[in-house]
Amino acid sequence: MAVPKIWRKIPEYYNLIGKLCPECNAKFFPKRTVCKNCGCTRMQDYKFEGKGKIVTYTIIRTSMSDPEQEINEQAARNIPYALAIIKLKEGPMLTAQIIDCGDSELNIGKKVKKVFRKILENGPSGVIQYGYKFKIDK
Amino acid sequence: MRKVAVIGIGMTKFGQLWKRDLTSLSVEAGVNAVRDAGIHQKDVEVLYGGTMSGGLFINQEHLGSMLPDYMGFKNIPSVRVEAACASGGLALRQAYIDIASGMHDIAVVGGVEKMTDIGTYSITKALATAADTVNESNFGATFPGLYALMAKLHMHKYKTTEEQLASVAVKNHLNALDNPNAQFHKKISIQDVMDSAKIADPLKLLDASPITDGAAAIVLASEKKAKKLSDTPVWIKGSGHATDTISLHDRDDLLTLSATVSAAKQAYLQARLQPKNIDMAEVHDCFTIAELLAIEDLGFVKKGKSGKFTEEGYTKIGGKIPINPSGGLKAKGHPIGASGVAQAIEAVLQLRGDAGKRSTNSENALTHNVGGSGGTSVVHIFER
Repeated sequence: MAVPKIWRKIPEYYNLIGKLCPECNAKFFPKRTVCKNCGCTRMQDYKFEGKGKIVTYTIIRTSMSDPEQEINEQAARNIPYALAIIKLKEGPMLTAQIIDCGDSELNIGKKVKKVFRKILENGPSGVIQYGYKFKIDK
Repeated sequence: MRKVAVIGIGMTKFGQLWKRDLTSLSVEAGVNAVRDAGIHQKDVEVLYGGTMSGGLFINQEHLGSMLPDYMGFKNIPSVRVEAACASGGLALRQAYIDIASGMHDIAVVGGVEKMTDIGTYSITKALATAADTVNESNFGATFPGLYALMAKLHMHKYKTTEEQLASVAVKNHLNALDNPNAQFHKKISIQDVMDSAKIADPLKLLDASPITDGAAAIVLASEKKAKKLSDTPVWIKGSGHATDTISLHDRDDLLTLSATVSAAKQAYLQARLQPKNIDMAEVHDCFTIAELLAIEDLGFVKKGKSGKFTEEGYTKIGGKIPINPSGGLKAKGHPIGASGVAQAIEAVLQLRGDAGKRSTNSENALTHNVGGSGGTSVVHIFER
C-alpha cells in the first residue's frame, strides 16, 4: 500500500481507535463517519481495549506466497497462518490473524487479546506496515 | 413495467483458454446470442456488460466502449457493470430494468472475464479486492479464507460435516459431465474432495470453484418484439437486487446473506411464487459452503439443514429441487463477470427444453448471483 494509505490508518491499525455514536451509543470498529444505526454524523473517537473472543476461524494454507514476485509486496505472514473473526468485548467484530498458538488451542469462543505486529512489507525498500494481530488470552 | 423476455443466448466454452483474449471471447458470446435471437447487430439498441476487473486481470478498463466496438454494435449506449462476482447478474438486472421501463426494446447483456493472463498470486490479490481491502484483505483474508470462516461456523453451529460440503462438489461435477461448455468433465468422489489439498480449513481445493476464462451473452426484448422475433421466449418473471456490508465481520449473522434473503424476497413477490414453487435453481457456488448457504437463504431448506439435504440427494437432477444442473461455478467454471449471465443461459436452455441429458423438466427457474462474501446479491426468476 502507498504511504499515505497506511499513515492515515495509524490510529486504527496501531491503537484500535474506532468511533462512538453520541446519539445512540453504538460503537464501531473500524471507524465510521456516519452512524450505521441512526445516521448521526457527530461521531467521536473511541479506543477499544483489544480484548475479545473468537467467533470463527480458519487456517490459511495457500495463496499468499508470491514465488514469482509478481507484485512487489511481501506479506509478513508465514503459511500457514490462523485467521479469525473476533468479537471485541465492546461489541464490534474485526478480522485478524491469531498468532503464537498451535492448531489445538484454536477454538470458537476462545478469549484473545490484541498485540502490535508487522502486517506487510512493500518490497525491500518500501514502508513496513504495522497493525493488530491477536493471541490467546490465557 | 413492461414484460421482458430472453430471446437469444450465446456462450464460449469455459476453461483456461490461453489462446483467447477478452475481446475474442466477448465477440463469440455476443455474436452467437444475436444470431440465436435471429436478429442482426444493427438491431441491438443497448449493451450492458458485466465484468469484475479488466484493470487488474488484463490492464484494460473502459470496456463499456471496447466491447460494443469489437462486437460491431455501432454508436450504441453501453454500460460496463461491476459488482465483483455478481457483475453479470447485475448487468442482466440493469438491462431488464431498461427494457421494462420502455427506454429500449432490444438489449444485449454480456458477461466476461479473462483471468489467466496473470499468475495465481495476482489473481488471488485481484479477487481479494471484492472484500474490504483495508479491513479484511490487508490482514490476511483471502476469498477462500472468508468462505472458510463461514464454513467453520456452520459446522460448529449446525453440525454440518466436511463430507456434506464435499457432496456439493461431487454433485456439481456429475452435472457438468453433460454440459459441453463446462471447464471440468471429471467425475469426483467424496474421498477425492477430502483428499485434495487444504486451502483454508475446512475448505479444500475441490471445495473451490476454479480460475476460468470465458464469456456469456443473452439478448433481452420487450414483449412486443419478443413475440414477433421468437417462438421460444423465456420470460423474466421476477428480479431482485440487494446489498449488505462489504465486510463479513460487520454482519449481525455471519451465516445469513441478508442481501440474498432480500433480493429473493423481491423476486418471489414480483413473480408471485414461493420457494416451494421453484422447479430448479442455478445458485452461486463459488465454494461448496456458498451453495449450502444459498439454498437456505433462498428458502429451499431451513437454516442449518442444507448439509443433510444435499447429502441425501434432494438437490440432484431428478431430486426435490435440482441445484446447479449446469455444473455450477464449481464445475462449469467461474469466469467472474460471466457467471451471472451463464446462469441465465442455463435457465433458458432448461426452460426451452434444450438442456439435453441434464434436463430438469422445469416450468420455471431461479438464478442467484453473489458478489464478494455477500455484499451484493442478485436473484432472477424465469418462466417459459
